[in-house]
Amino acid sequence: MTDAPAQTDGVADDDVIDEGPAALPLDAWHEAKGARMVAFAGYRMPIQYEGIMPEHQWVRAHAGLFDVSHMGQLLLSADEGFEGLDDAIEALVPADVKSLALGKMRYSLLLAENGGILDDLMLSRWPGGIYMVVNGATKYDDLAHLREHLPDEITINHLDDRALLALQGPEAFAALSRHVTGEWPLDVLGFMSGGRFEIAGVDAFITRSGYTGEDGFEISIPAEAAEAVADALCGEPEVKPIGLGARDSLRLEADLPLYGHDLDEETTPVAAGLGFALSKRRREEGGFPGYDRIMAEREQGAPLKRVGLIVEGRQPVREGATVAGGGRVTSGGFSPTLQKPIAMAYVPVASAVPGTRITLEQRGKSFTGVVTAMPFVPHRYHRKGA
Amino acid sequence: MAQTYFSKDHEWIVVDGTTATVGITDYAQAQLGDIVFAEVPPAGTALEKGKEAAVVESVKAASDVYAPVTGTVTEANAALETDPALVNTSPEQDGWFFKLTLADPSELDGLMDDAAYRAFVESL
Repeated sequence: MTDAPAQTDGVADDDVIDEGPAALPLDAWHEAKGARMVAFAGYRMPIQYEGIMPEHQWVRAHAGLFDVSHMGQLLLSADEGFEGLDDAIEALVPADVKSLALGKMRYSLLLAENGGILDDLMLSRWPGGIYMVVNGATKYDDLAHLREHLPDEITINHLDDRALLALQGPEAFAALSRHVTGEWPLDVLGFMSGGRFEIAGVDAFITRSGYTGEDGFEISIPAEAAEAVADALCGEPEVKPIGLGARDSLRLEADLPLYGHDLDEETTPVAAGLGFALSKRRREEGGFPGYDRIMAEREQGAPLKRVGLIVEGRQPVREGATVAGGGRVTSGGFSPTLQKPIAMAYVPVASAVPGTRITLEQRGKSFTGVVTAMPFVPHRYHRKGA
Repeated sequence: MAQTYFSKDHEWIVVDGTTATVGITDYAQAQLGDIVFAEVPPAGTALEKGKEAAVVESVKAASDVYAPVTGTVTEANAALETDPALVNTSPEQDGWFFKLTLADPSELDGLMDDAAYRAFVESL
């Protein structure tokens, strides 16, 4: 580090020093809680605290707090007098955005021209526009894509001054409701709806949603309030902090695909089994990227289809294992709830029928996976007035 | 009298004459987390020092266990098949992986004793 070139500027120096993963608002908090930290999506994230198995089981029985502040929170808002916000977003996703009422939330997909999936995301109608939560690893690509394709009358605000916490599990409501005040009580929220509340003295946007298959909430708060909110929630007897490891095993049991693994730019919504994300009006009217290919696949089927597998024996089959006859395992692990190895895999559509036995190859060894209806563990969402 | 050695890959090996018992250390099991599957080499398998000998799988990942010495397996721990969690609960006793006959006892010279292994773990 001697002989620094005379022309080096401070910014370049910082870039060299800061090559490693970036710290999120709760970085020190995780360390104090005994987390093992790993690099994920460009950030230092907690992979586990006491262990994936007990954390997983705690969430299924009680409530767990997840820091998902790596995810992208975006607010798309229209200039005054511009009426085309919903139309412009609908040109990029297959969701019915126009029918999304204030405070309602919908799962959708950012689609490429070929019908491949650029990202999966959540859309919510806020008073100020459409609030979007996108994956951490893809958020900058998503921002570039949105900036390229949305008209100038739409402002894209990357809310990178906000943290995002998820509180998940059958006791999440009880724990959270002790800390939340607002115009309405927390129990006005049903699954896939949200609103503005106050928690630990700060403004929060809370949705009843998550990535575990359990009832639960996602809580968007100013970054500087993240520690106070995390402390308040973890002070409740029902709540423990939960790492990324259990987040992955929970979402796998719940049939929730992980972008970059189960979904990618080569995969269409039909192949991925996400037909529910193609709303009826949009299927009839079209006008989203990849429409022709996606509709043809809806009629004729995609060559490969995402299925769930229960793997015989005790040894897990992981991402990257191959499917005999074509296809691949995209996520796999050991299900703490079922106490069996489970996986998501793309298999030839003729094999994508529950009960079909599939031969898998991993590191020179053969395994048998039985196609199983997903979710592996039933969802326990809090649906209102269904 | 039996003597215990340790490898930098966090295996322990208890040697009595030319017979040795191999497992992974408490430090290793804590790093791996809950073990859900262990595949150990059957009796008769010829193992080469530093090469893959066994596989352990946690919820999250698969890890190879390397042979700390060269030799021939005389017994695999059958209990791990039904109760792989023994690796977590009793890594240095009931959770042993396999026993083998040493091919070259001089290979033990390259391994650590208990004090050296503790210092090695401290340094990580």
